[in-house]
Amino acid sequence: MGSQHLDFTANVTEALADRQLRANFKSALTGLMKKRVAVLPDEAERERMRDDAEAAKRNALAKLPELLERLERKCTENGIIVHWAETTAEANEIILGIMRSHDATKLVKGKSMVSEEMHLNHFLETHGIEALETDLGEFIIQLNHEPPSHIIVPAVHKNRQQVGRIFADNLEGIPYTDVVEELNAIARRTLREKFRTGHVGLSGVNFAVAETGTLVLVENEGNGRMCTTVPPVHVAVMGLEKVVESLSDLPPLLRLLTASATGQLVTTYVNCITSPRKEGERDGPKEIHLVILDNGRSKMLADAQLRRTLQCIRCGTCLNHCPVYIRIGGHAYGSVYPGPIGKILTPQIDGLADKGVLATASSLCNACEEVCPVRIPIPGIIRRMRTEAYDEKGDGVVKGHGAKKNLLETLVWKGWELTYRIPALNRFVVSMLGKFGDRLPNVGPLKAWTSVRTAPRFAPKSLHQLVKEEGIRHE
Amino acid sequence: MSSTARDRIFARLHAARTTVSPHVPQGGNWQAPMLDKAQRIELLKTRMETVRSEVHVVSEAEWPAKLLEVLKAREPKTLTYGHDAWFGGTLRSKVKGKGMPKLVPYGENVEAFRDELFGIDVGITSTLGGIAENGTLIVWPTPQEPRLLSLVPTVHVALLKADAIYSTLAEAMREMRWAEGMPTNALLISGPSKTADIEMTLAFGVHGPKELIVLVLE
Repeated sequence: MGSQHLDFTANVTEALADRQLRANFKSALTGLMKKRVAVLPDEAERERMRDDAEAAKRNALAKLPELLERLERKCTENGIIVHWAETTAEANEIILGIMRSHDATKLVKGKSMVSEEMHLNHFLETHGIEALETDLGEFIIQLNHEPPSHIIVPAVHKNRQQVGRIFADNLEGIPYTDVVEELNAIARRTLREKFRTGHVGLSGVNFAVAETGTLVLVENEGNGRMCTTVPPVHVAVMGLEKVVESLSDLPPLLRLLTASATGQLVTTYVNCITSPRKEGERDGPKEIHLVILDNGRSKMLADAQLRRTLQCIRCGTCLNHCPVYIRIGGHAYGSVYPGPIGKILTPQIDGLADKGVLATASSLCNACEEVCPVRIPIPGIIRRMRTEAYDEKGDGVVKGHGAKKNLLETLVWKGWELTYRIPALNRFVVSMLGKFGDRLPNVGPLKAWTSVRTAPRFAPKSLHQLVKEEGIRHE
Repeated sequence: MSSTARDRIFARLHAARTTVSPHVPQGGNWQAPMLDKAQRIELLKTRMETVRSEVHVVSEAEWPAKLLEVLKAREPKTLTYGHDAWFGGTLRSKVKGKGMPKLVPYGENVEAFRDELFGIDVGITSTLGGIAENGTLIVWPTPQEPRLLSLVPTVHVALLKADAIYSTLAEAMREMRWAEGMPTNALLISGPSKTADIEMTLAFGVHGPKELIVLVLE
């Protein structure tokens, strides 16, 4: 995937200076954190659920090729047409091909992070196809030509006044309002018309069950059901890690997904799709396509630590609990997947050269791992990204490993190592720092480091020396 | 193009086997409590009402009267349903006269019915069962009762037999033998359509029904 240059530091500075943005995130995410705890009150029970959810996902990854073959076979038997795409460009072409084979120019979309990863809307628009987001949050930001800032609540960075202005500016004949009920009603009127007249419906997939060839979609609004039921053709897109072995894996996964994502016991709709419209049935699409995307995922599978990235069920709770994400919001990351999961997923997909910097935006406080419903060891993988970005040992596997390796840092660390291996050198360096350390020139990395910190002052004598002179006092 | 993409993807997935022998933890640790019938009805009602569904527990004989009461309070103009649903005859004999909606059976393919359907006020469906732990209806649409009945009209009325309420989703899947054959579309419905996408403020009826009314038949 082509990725534009990311100036993360500039993005962060800008986001931190935007008080409205910070207020919007803080209020929404604090609420989501409270709701999650309220719906998972019993810690022991929650841990049992996490045991099962983690087991289901790790089991699926352990058997991934077999389960994907079984899913493909079952779907094909059920009448669903299965496509495979190695890259997002291939996936986009497949969908364009499906649209063209039906002379379709209007796509109505349910929420799908994979389609964001593919930049599908932009791709289709350049080919004269209208790709309309119908999830309310996605609809709002699409009108404003913005990417989502959160993977569950994409317009979380906007308040009601901002939404009201976006509607008034972009929808014909709509006066400004900041009443949430009225804003919802405007969206309902506009979008129901689009469902009625859409040619093809697109959705993501939350879980694909290999046992029965069933696509499970979770949502509250009903736009996903609209997109997968009203138009004559339904296209579902999924990353290849979405497969689970059997229906019995679903109860703990569904419970934790909704609890972690929105603090709900269950979503309004759990929509299980197993086949296109059968003879005698009166509605539902006549044709269903399933596009299964790799885009770097199969490579993650080959590494015992990195493969755990693929356990992710995209609940977004690591975003809600991240002290960095809460303060800078989703856009600063300049990537489809922001927050902790984005810090480990994005560099693996786009490469460390472009996106390795994301892994630096963490205090390794472990909040993400503590709340992750499938127990992805995110902080450990963040450290792995940092290590691979320098790749001192030369054994990295992530795309762009070693991208940050540079002579100055290599020399500094080599010098550090020697200073601690050779006692005479150590004595010399310590005594020099005691004399001249406070007068080091404030340039380069030192200048960057001290721009937000007070440089420590070097003691004239080292601890080592003081102990030697005075002995150790026992008090 | 896509068959070779498939081959390359699978080659990598199989190759991953040679570098990693993954640990898979043991599952099967969590189970929600099993409840007796009265508890199941009570919990389902509580859970559904929490997300602003309206639930009425009525006897088999009383439900048509309760339905008329529900309709009278809302004065809908049109009502759609499956002509051959088990309650179709009752509906035709009871829902008529002044102040009652016009009955419009979903009797054609959606291509012919779509435009009319999007203007209809109430849709009534049967359900296959309910799930107490989450306050959920199990709806498997059929040729008699198509999928959009429970989605497009402004109000969804669902008839649920109290004997078909399970304690948990896992139990429902087991008892109904989902693994042996899934229908075209299986739905779990747990309330009216809703969203909190603007300032996390909950609002109902963003795309689908603004109201869900459940008649539990004892």
